[in-house]
Amino acid sequence: MAFTLYSLLQAALLCVNAIAVLHEERFHKNLAGGADQGIGGFREEPGIKSQLMNLIRSVGTVMRVPLIIINSIAIVLLLLFG
Amino acid sequence: MAYHSGYGAHGSKHRARAAPDPPPLFDDTSGAYSSQPGGYPAPGADVAFSVNHLLGDPVANVAMAYGSSIASHGKDMVHKELRRFVSVNKLKYFFAVDTAYVAKKLGLLVFPYRHQNWEVQSSRDVPLPPRQDLNAPDLYIPTMAFITYVLLAGMALGIQKRFSPEVLGLCASTALAWVVMEVLALLLGVYLATVRSDLSTFHLLAYSGYKYVGMILSVLTGLLFGSDGYYVALAWTSSSLMYFIVRSLRTAALAPDNMGGPAPRQRLQLYLTLGAAAFQPLIIYWLTFHLVR
Repeated sequence: MAFTLYSLLQAALLCVNAIAVLHEERFHKNLAGGADQGIGGFREEPGIKSQLMNLIRSVGTVMRVPLIIINSIAIVLLLLFG
Repeated sequence: MAYHSGYGAHGSKHRARAAPDPPPLFDDTSGAYSSQPGGYPAPGADVAFSVNHLLGDPVANVAMAYGSSIASHGKDMVHKELRRFVSVNKLKYFFAVDTAYVAKKLGLLVFPYRHQNWEVQSSRDVPLPPRQDLNAPDLYIPTMAFITYVLLAGMALGIQKRFSPEVLGLCASTALAWVVMEVLALLLGVYLATVRSDLSTFHLLAYSGYKYVGMILSVLTGLLFGSDGYYVALAWTSSSLMYFIVRSLRTAALAPDNMGGPAPRQRLQLYLTLGAAAFQPLIIYWLTFHLVR
């Protein structure tokens, strides 16, 4: 499998976009331990589901503005250079 | 020609003589080295040429000083930026190796079954550097093994007459991309399973880099003994590497305070270790099978 740097960057951008567009409330209904409810918050280990929810939420919050910028750059580059 | 006569004029100024026109350079160099300083025009031209070329021209002097100041400024800036991202002291810990450690560690990677004590020793809560502790991970072996793997891949492809310089870069970047992805996956797994340990990114990088030793051995055996030798070496190095990873990660990740945790979390950590170990033979096979046909 040949990796060019550009294809890796594109794949990473698509993955981060996918994480950022996830809708929290739907996941709260599907999963038992949501990150907001604080289940397991006072125990030592929060459990994998709340860890995952925390991770998704923090990635979405941190990367929102940079994602806007990087996505616009990617769109312009793809329009210009195909 | 104006340039030429300008240099000749500078040379004549340095020599403090009033020669009207400089001798042509191409004619004089053949006789310039053998002639004595007594003859005026020929060594004058030669010395003028060399002096002008090195130190005589004030513009060249200024340019050289400016360039060296720019270079040192750039070096300082690079050092400052690097120190912000990568803690060099932590990195130095991983490269504090010596020959005996490297030899023993390589032997351990190939035959880990007789090693009894897998704990990483630490003195006063500071982990001992690899020079003093065989179980400590290091980054020297993975780096050297990676470079050796790239060179060996080039050699293997050259033996099969499939070599071209782009393939070397492709091989190196593919292997590097796989390492980065594996370290990221391990970091994600360590975060999700809330493993409380002092496994930093560099530790994971070191443990992922040990598979290059197995790759090198497999490719070498494949080159020497053909396809059957390759598969035998692949099986042997895969099993020993899996054993090594499982033992090392279990003693590093499962610190004493983790042992009292509930069963699902311990199961998660076990799955993480087993997953990391099972991934190694796959990636060894994937990165080397095209080299041994």
